[in-house]
Amino acid sequence: MAIEVRIPTILRSYTGGQKAVEGSGATLEEVFADLDGRYEGLRERLIDDSGVRRFLNVYLNDEDVRFLGGLSAPVSDGDTVTVLPAVAGGAR
Amino acid sequence: MLTISADLRAKILAHARADHPDEACGVIAGRAGGNRPERFIPMLNAERSPTFYRFDSLEQLRVWREMDDRDEEPVVIYHSHTATEAYPSRTDISYASEPGAHYVLVSTRNQEQDEFRSFRILDGEVTEEDVTIAPE
Repeated sequence: MAIEVRIPTILRSYTGGQKAVEGSGATLEEVFADLDGRYEGLRERLIDDSGVRRFLNVYLNDEDVRFLGGLSAPVSDGDTVTVLPAVAGGAR
Repeated sequence: MLTISADLRAKILAHARADHPDEACGVIAGRAGGNRPERFIPMLNAERSPTFYRFDSLEQLRVWREMDDRDEEPVVIYHSHTATEAYPSRTDISYASEPGAHYVLVSTRNQEQDEFRSFRILDGEVTEEDVTIAPE
């Protein structure tokens, strides 16, 4: 079961420069665990104890996974997961 | 160094003035690898706050996909400060994660005077760079 995971520039050092990699699993969490077997350290840059890291946006197809149950969101063959750095900041 | 047209510089400043006292934010896309800002894309500040900004996550996905399809990248990422100087705050630095982008900050704290500055932010390190206005 293949799920395409699109990787932002800042994390491509973990994927040998690849813009997209393939993973498998029944949930987002399983897909990230699967990727970590081949791209060591990637999982830790994507999630922490509370779920998807605050500085990142993770999308399943066209939805922000924060609205789909986060890491427990179910995924299926042919889905695309997109990771983008959140763009945020401000004076304070 | 950031080279930008007078028109794009004016568009950023106008967006910042229009959204004052909230922070304004957006992107200028350009051809990937070209280092030349070309396409102005004002973004919603999902926080609608005078001290914080965040791109709306779904709008960001749409815009980033569009850039990908057009072989563009975010050459400039801009936002405004509304009561403080146009210099990256600690929050700005902690979120900065496009190593290739020019981070443009403007300030609207003074009605009479524009502040427009550009920075590289890499691994928590801020480097200010010159801004050159390109002929159209």
